[in-house]
Amino acid sequence: MLFEKKFTFKNFLPHHLNIAGMRIVPFLISFLLTAGLIVGLNTQWGMTPPLGKFLSPQHGCWQNAEPADQNFATTLSLPGLKEKAQVYFDEYLIPHVYAQSQQDACYVQGYLHAKFRLWQMEFQTHAAAGRLSEILGPGVNNGYLKYDRSMRRLGMVYGAKKTLEEMEKDSATKRDCDAYTAGVNEYITGMKESELPLEYKLLNYKPEPWSNLKIALFVKSMAYDLAGADNDIEMTNAKSLFSKEAFARLYPSTQDSLDPIIPKGTTFLPAGIQPKMPATADSLYFNNKDTVTMRELKPEKNNGSNNWAVSGKKTLSGRPILCNDPHLSTNLPSIWFQMQIRTPGYNTYGVSFPGAPYIIIGFNDSCAWGITNSGRDVRDYYSIKFKDDTRQAYWFNNEWKTAGQWIDTIKIRGQELPLYDTVATTVFGPVMFDPHFTGYSDVPSSKSLAVHWKANDPSNELATFSRLQSARNYSDYKEALERFQTPGQNFVFAAKSGEIAIWQQGEFPAKWRGQGQFVMPGEDSSYMWQGNIRAFENPYMLDDPDKGRGFVSSANQHPVDTTYPYFLGNDFPIYRGLAINRFLSQMNGITPADMMKLQTENYDIFAEMAKPLLLRNIDESKLDGQAKSYLNVFKLWKLRNDPGEEGPVIFNRWWFHLEQGIFNDEFSKTHLPMLRPYESTLLEALLKDSAYEFVDNINTPEKETLQQVVTDAFLKSIPELAQAGKEDRLTWAKYKDTWARHLLRLPALSRMHLPIGGGTHSINAAKQFHGPSWRMVVQLTDKTEAYGIYPGGQSGNPGSSYYDTFVDTWAAGKYFPLWVMDKDETKDKRIKWVAHFDPKN
Amino acid sequence: MKFLATTLLIALLSFLSGLYLPWWCFALAACGISALIPQKPLWAFLSGFLSLFLLWGGLAWGIDSANNSILSVKIAQLLHLGNSSLLLILVTALVGALIGGGAAITGTFMTTRKLRTPSPNTPDINLSYEEQAPVK
Repeated sequence: MLFEKKFTFKNFLPHHLNIAGMRIVPFLISFLLTAGLIVGLNTQWGMTPPLGKFLSPQHGCWQNAEPADQNFATTLSLPGLKEKAQVYFDEYLIPHVYAQSQQDACYVQGYLHAKFRLWQMEFQTHAAAGRLSEILGPGVNNGYLKYDRSMRRLGMVYGAKKTLEEMEKDSATKRDCDAYTAGVNEYITGMKESELPLEYKLLNYKPEPWSNLKIALFVKSMAYDLAGADNDIEMTNAKSLFSKEAFARLYPSTQDSLDPIIPKGTTFLPAGIQPKMPATADSLYFNNKDTVTMRELKPEKNNGSNNWAVSGKKTLSGRPILCNDPHLSTNLPSIWFQMQIRTPGYNTYGVSFPGAPYIIIGFNDSCAWGITNSGRDVRDYYSIKFKDDTRQAYWFNNEWKTAGQWIDTIKIRGQELPLYDTVATTVFGPVMFDPHFTGYSDVPSSKSLAVHWKANDPSNELATFSRLQSARNYSDYKEALERFQTPGQNFVFAAKSGEIAIWQQGEFPAKWRGQGQFVMPGEDSSYMWQGNIRAFENPYMLDDPDKGRGFVSSANQHPVDTTYPYFLGNDFPIYRGLAINRFLSQMNGITPADMMKLQTENYDIFAEMAKPLLLRNIDESKLDGQAKSYLNVFKLWKLRNDPGEEGPVIFNRWWFHLEQGIFNDEFSKTHLPMLRPYESTLLEALLKDSAYEFVDNINTPEKETLQQVVTDAFLKSIPELAQAGKEDRLTWAKYKDTWARHLLRLPALSRMHLPIGGGTHSINAAKQFHGPSWRMVVQLTDKTEAYGIYPGGQSGNPGSSYYDTFVDTWAAGKYFPLWVMDKDETKDKRIKWVAHFDPKN
Repeated sequence: MKFLATTLLIALLSFLSGLYLPWWCFALAACGISALIPQKPLWAFLSGFLSLFLLWGGLAWGIDSANNSILSVKIAQLLHLGNSSLLLILVTALVGALIGGGAAITGTFMTTRKLRTPSPNTPDINLSYEEQAPVK
């Protein structure tokens, strides 16, 4: 039979193709070699992409090498669109969207986000959902796997699902999210495999369909970044290791030099809810000496921002100016995507999040708004006593209560079997840590800790931005804010009518003093949050046009002074806020150019306070010539963290070694997770009392003085400074080495070594991988005059000339004008391409 | 002549397959063409090799010029090719060429042994093929 077939087949072939007679051995050898080569080059080896597929000029990375003169003009016929829409791309590839309804605008926005940022949108939502291992494998020391388990146990997916339910209850939010998702999916469906974003080809996977759940996950990822921080475990250990007095000095609840968001002396309403401290608080909580070995996944600690608005009485134009620069990881592709959205109802310009509809920070024809993080502590831990290791029942209110349970299936790239993670849930929330998961710690622990996180409550934050887009006045702004719960933000506002205002908005738990500072007992309900602060009690300031100070501002500092009737904790940076308020109160006749100068201000108030202290205490007789020359540079330093200065490097090393010299002896005694006191704490303590008890090294018999440790710290810096000098890294920008870093942290796809100054305590808060992610200045004159810049580019494609368009300008502290394209400007020479979006029936 | 025709045909068919089919399908084109237009194994290999070397190299080079080497420098760095666009183009061309050559030689081995190496007792009917081998 088989032979018959062959002979029949043979008759159709040229006479020399005699299969029975072909040279079997050489054929097999060459066939196997070639097939082996193809298979080998179609396979991913470790992190090396499948090279054949990846290098194929018609399929692989070459297809992502966009021609420098790429034409973005197009006419598309799309099924989800209700009416015709136009997208005018300007010279920076910023789309100016003209749509006939908010719904259509969201559809087009989804399509554009996907077209330019698909990989990033999906990667960020995969990360939020605890799915990194699925794409990247388990990671070094199971790092990605621990990340995934942490995210899931924290309730990111669980919270996103609840948020989605709440979002979809609001018919407008649902309509817009549906349209946005349809727009994204329309792009994905129409995309050829060769058009897959580069990163998919590098990592050899494909996008899945977008969904409203992914929008909710994106919102949760912002909640995690901005409201996912706490130090409960570290503080619990500190409380157990240090005496009460020492603890108070290491982690004071107030800072002397604080200038709060709402000026000192403001009168607040009496508390509407007075949370009751449990009767057992002293014995079971404050004096409890338990320690915790688990290590948390923590969001970037520098996530913060600046924003302010000045009223017309302080500006040259007589109209308000609003400024905002959110400090986030300076990623490539950038977290922001700039656009103008115009519908019959509103005309809004600003930045959007690829992954969610609407403009997040921006302005319209009537007003402008910006946000900074409130940094309030809305994540607490409870110690859970389970009946046994099955974790099916836990002791609560004098009985064994049945625990809930979910099982997470975590796929791991390169491993056949997924990891099944069984997570118990309690009245407080999911169990974050238990004997089977100790976070990033390798120390076994028998403890179980449940996490209660505000972001796991149902909420609809997107509704706020939907309303801000079309807000016309202060009352619209106030109404827009009402729904905003987590992450709590300082919303700054300015209107063409003249009002300037700031509200710290969010749904915040009312806590008794000390509640949630440490891991709390979870054996009864007495330590639970007792209610929320009523929204109208949130700190706010509407500047009085006559008697007011003429500006409102925030820089993540403590929002209020001690007369505010609620406990807020103590984890707030102070120096940027101090600088902003000092400069703004001195300024008059302000122009947008002045505001740009202020946003990129490199002055360092922390250094201003620390420098005299250091110079007072250095023993110059201990210094050799080389050390003296560095000291001289430091003495002459004008306290500005400018790119070419050496002073900031010397200060940085000196303070580092001082901190080490003072606290290493106390803190290196333990391997438990600990938190070193904040820089402001150490500085203020030393300014108040040069005999600060921690100055003494407890490991030596002698009693060290401040002069000794300051001099010692300086001497320890010298070899490092000399080394930096040899490597040509002694100037601040080179030493600090700011990057716009690709999300996969690949240097090849990043912009490294940016010549930018600033730093943690400067208004220009540019750190190594983190900093002003969008600088915006909006003057609310009749014709709005606005400027903005972000460290990225509109295209997320590393092969596009629009990948890093704005990076150098951003680093140089310069801005581009934000062009609100008018209806009669469709023929303007700034418009490079027009995309017509037509509905398809 | 045959060498040139084979090389061009493989390139053309490989290009067309690249437009619509998975990346490795050009190997089928190289194999098929080489089976239909038999050459000595070495020559078959060379036509597949050269064909794909020129096709992949040329396409990559063209794309790279239009792109001002924005991406190729980054990819070259990722693949440890010393930031060299040219090296990346070369590696790309070689990857295509090796598979192209391998596929073409595989194709030529599909032809009958009898025709290529006739027994001494039968007339050399393969002569015509030998004659058509390219002139060196």
